[in-house]
Amino acid sequence: MAGQSDTMVDLAAAYVLEPVAAADWLVVAPVVWCIMTGAVLVTLRKRTAVQPLIAIPALGVLVLMTLALLWHVIAGGTVTMTMGRWLPPFGISFTVDLMGALFAATAAIVALAAGIYGRTDVDDSGRRYGFYPFLMLIMAGILGAFMTGDVFNLYVWFEVLLISSFGLLVLGSERAQLDGGVKYAFLNLIATTLFLVATGYLYGLFGTLNMADIAIKAAELRGTAPLMTLVTLFLLAFAMKAAAFPVNFWLPASYHTPRLVVSALFAGLLTKVGVYALLRILVMLFPLEREALSLVIAIAAALTMVLGVVGALAQNDIRRALGFLVISGIGVMLAGLALGSPAGLAGSIFYAAHSMVVMTALYFAAGLGARLGGGFELTGAGGLSTRHGLIAAMTLVLFLSVAGLPPFSGLWPKVMLVKASLDVGAWWLAGSILVTGLLTTICVGRIWVLAYWRPAPEGREDTVPLNPPLIGATVALAGLVAVTVAAGLWPDPVMSLAQQAARGLLDPSAYVQSVFPAEAPQ
Amino acid sequence: MRTVILRSIAPFLTSLMVLFSIFVLLRGHNEPGGGFIGGLIAASALAIYGIACGVAAVRRAIYFHPIAISAVGLLMSALAGVLSLFAEVPFMSGLWVYPHLFGVEVALSSVLVFDVGVYLVVVGAICSIALGLEEGDRD
Repeated sequence: MAGQSDTMVDLAAAYVLEPVAAADWLVVAPVVWCIMTGAVLVTLRKRTAVQPLIAIPALGVLVLMTLALLWHVIAGGTVTMTMGRWLPPFGISFTVDLMGALFAATAAIVALAAGIYGRTDVDDSGRRYGFYPFLMLIMAGILGAFMTGDVFNLYVWFEVLLISSFGLLVLGSERAQLDGGVKYAFLNLIATTLFLVATGYLYGLFGTLNMADIAIKAAELRGTAPLMTLVTLFLLAFAMKAAAFPVNFWLPASYHTPRLVVSALFAGLLTKVGVYALLRILVMLFPLEREALSLVIAIAAALTMVLGVVGALAQNDIRRALGFLVISGIGVMLAGLALGSPAGLAGSIFYAAHSMVVMTALYFAAGLGARLGGGFELTGAGGLSTRHGLIAAMTLVLFLSVAGLPPFSGLWPKVMLVKASLDVGAWWLAGSILVTGLLTTICVGRIWVLAYWRPAPEGREDTVPLNPPLIGATVALAGLVAVTVAAGLWPDPVMSLAQQAARGLLDPSAYVQSVFPAEAPQ
Repeated sequence: MRTVILRSIAPFLTSLMVLFSIFVLLRGHNEPGGGFIGGLIAASALAIYGIACGVAAVRRAIYFHPIAISAVGLLMSALAGVLSLFAEVPFMSGLWVYPHLFGVEVALSSVLVFDVGVYLVVVGAICSIALGLEEGDRD
């Protein structure tokens, strides 16, 4: 029994003894909050009318929590909480630096929009299958991945978000969904297994899984341990998660089948978790190995962005085209990873945050357009701009933003990345970013002209008016559009946050010091 | 599988196994056992009952929907971690109280609450899968 021991034990050797400030609870609060509301919603899964009334305010609270956490990190630097009072590296640490906090806050905003949009898009049967509980649990997985400071724990959060995503993907159990779901599940399980293999290998080499501890120990092990093999395994596993070429085939096979709001959420958040893991592991923990692999990553990045958008050009279904644009955006983020310079990484971080908001909003816009104009097919679409000017205008803003045209949020990270590529003389990488921008403009211009601008085809005048249920969805869309417009017009705050976050990745001493206050390096 | 022998013995076997699963759950902190393995034993007890007497009988016996049992377990485990907030220690720290009940010192802890939560999650999840499969057999 761990009874009232009378013997004197030096607790300081094993325990964190300082009392924990309430503000530090913000580190775990978002994840715990998601799990708890998710559990409550599971018990209420038959009460389909009540679920959104609980879930949407809960997501609002989640946004406030993550914004408070972001503010806390900006004000006080990286924050750490180690579970169960055990001293790191034995306890599992949650360590939130600027990049994690920025991604978490953006993801929470996207999830709130998805919760609101889901009221319109997910019917009673979808809610009985558990849309809202799965939404909360997938957010627990995503936020946990952004916040954890432990590699195995990162794997666990990947599993949490993967299992919830399976649930969301087959919501309603239609035949096409099961088909897409099987492809998605199988290919993602391969990636997860690779991640697990690499993690086992990492533990074998280092004897620790705590990221800060690995960052300290990597330097001394570099001479003897086969770190290149390890990092290549991680690169392959996370590139598969992030849907980078040539391991991106699962994404176009599955993203057009689920409910639209689910596609939107996946497109916005899931691939970015892969990008986040790449940045965290490759840049922060193994910078020299990343340097050695940078040419491979750069080629993969250029091919991902160009082939992604070429795939998008060929599509007739708007959802499929958007799926390929998600891939193309991943290529742009990988360009910054390949460069590895502070400016390049800042561009990647900014682009990832931009892409979370804009890709989700694009799916929302496509869904609203389909409901109002009658379908996702470009053949036979048309006439949306005259009937629903507001929605057409918001869609145009998003199209320009995803193509990286001013004055919206897509422009600035691309400028940062092009400049960073030219700084190191990688003209072909800069060129492929610019070519991708041009091709994206053509692609979204084609969708805009065919589905929105041209007059409605003969004999299809009976479009739906903007009825009350659709207003909630429009509000969700407008909120995300406002974010991209604001970030485009006032890019300075986001840009400086991204630059600071990139510096924190390249020089993890603040991160390490937050986990091991005693072992300040140097 | 509806033989007379199995049907007459199943209720006794099930109650014995559930009792044993609670025993395993409670000894878990210091000896082999705990919420996960206890939950598995309880779920297999319910599965035996289902094989012998039918799924409907199990659903009546556990009263709540298995998924709801899981959810309550998850909530309980999370709340066990949140208790640390009031003690100014990090999330999921073990907190102990030692009340004297009937003259015996009983060690109660947030760890136990967490473990009971795990027990319920496992019982609910495995049970809903087992019952689902057994129902699927018939059609």
